[in-house]
Amino acid sequence: MNSVAFLVIAIITLSGALAAAALPKLIHAALSLVIVFVGVAAYFFLLGAEFVGLVQVFVYIGAVAVLIVFTILLTRRELTGDRGINWGGAIVALAVFGGLLWTILKTKSLAIRAPQIEPLTVKRIGEVLMTNYVWPLQCVGLVLTAALIGALILVMEEKREER
Amino acid sequence: MTPTLQLFLIVSAALFSIGLLAALSRRHAIFILIGIELMLAAANLNFVAFWRFGPQPQPPTGVLVAIFSIAIAAAEAAVGLALVIAIYRHYRTTNVDKLDSLKG
Repeated sequence: MNSVAFLVIAIITLSGALAAAALPKLIHAALSLVIVFVGVAAYFFLLGAEFVGLVQVFVYIGAVAVLIVFTILLTRRELTGDRGINWGGAIVALAVFGGLLWTILKTKSLAIRAPQIEPLTVKRIGEVLMTNYVWPLQCVGLVLTAALIGALILVMEEKREER
Repeated sequence: MTPTLQLFLIVSAALFSIGLLAALSRRHAIFILIGIELMLAAANLNFVAFWRFGPQPQPPTGVLVAIFSIAIAAAEAAVGLALVIAIYRHYRTTNVDKLDSLKG
């Protein structure tokens, strides 16, 4: 694992995340979110989980980011009243980060290097998904179907009332 | 020198805190969803990092949990954005400070 790559991805991801949290215009924040997703996918590749990285790119950048941009375009009439970052949120976020950082640095067993592993193939993931994890897979399929139908009903209902 | 597990966890903690900052301090509903997506991405990064650095279990549990978590996050984003659109149609605003009445 390359530490230069690690640093570069960390800088890109965290600056993208800061931009997504702090930029005043929504569409800019949504496009910064894409940078964050690319950075996290690059981390997955660096960690040897190529399949998760590809799924991250397909699902997040291909679907979620496009969905967010569509929603922004559909609701883009009013953007007033958003004053950007406020102090309360910043203090809470800093406190959470400080607590996590303290805990991570204090736990000595976390300062380990990556062991040598055999690469995880997509074939292996497919086998496991079809044997050990077949019920979770079916449940996730059910949840996705229910969520998509629910999203459609949520968006359609208001229209019926207006008629 | 290769990065240790601690470094991955620190990056992930920073990503989570930035997501929390966005979710807590912005007033626009879509910004809150963006913050939640950032926090979910940080959680997935943690799953995969612990899988890579721990003793290798068979089946590879961390990777599979990350895959399921991505699927759940997609469902969450779809429902959340549908809610934003429904609320926008009803109230003509997406500022969560102004959404303060039930049965509107």
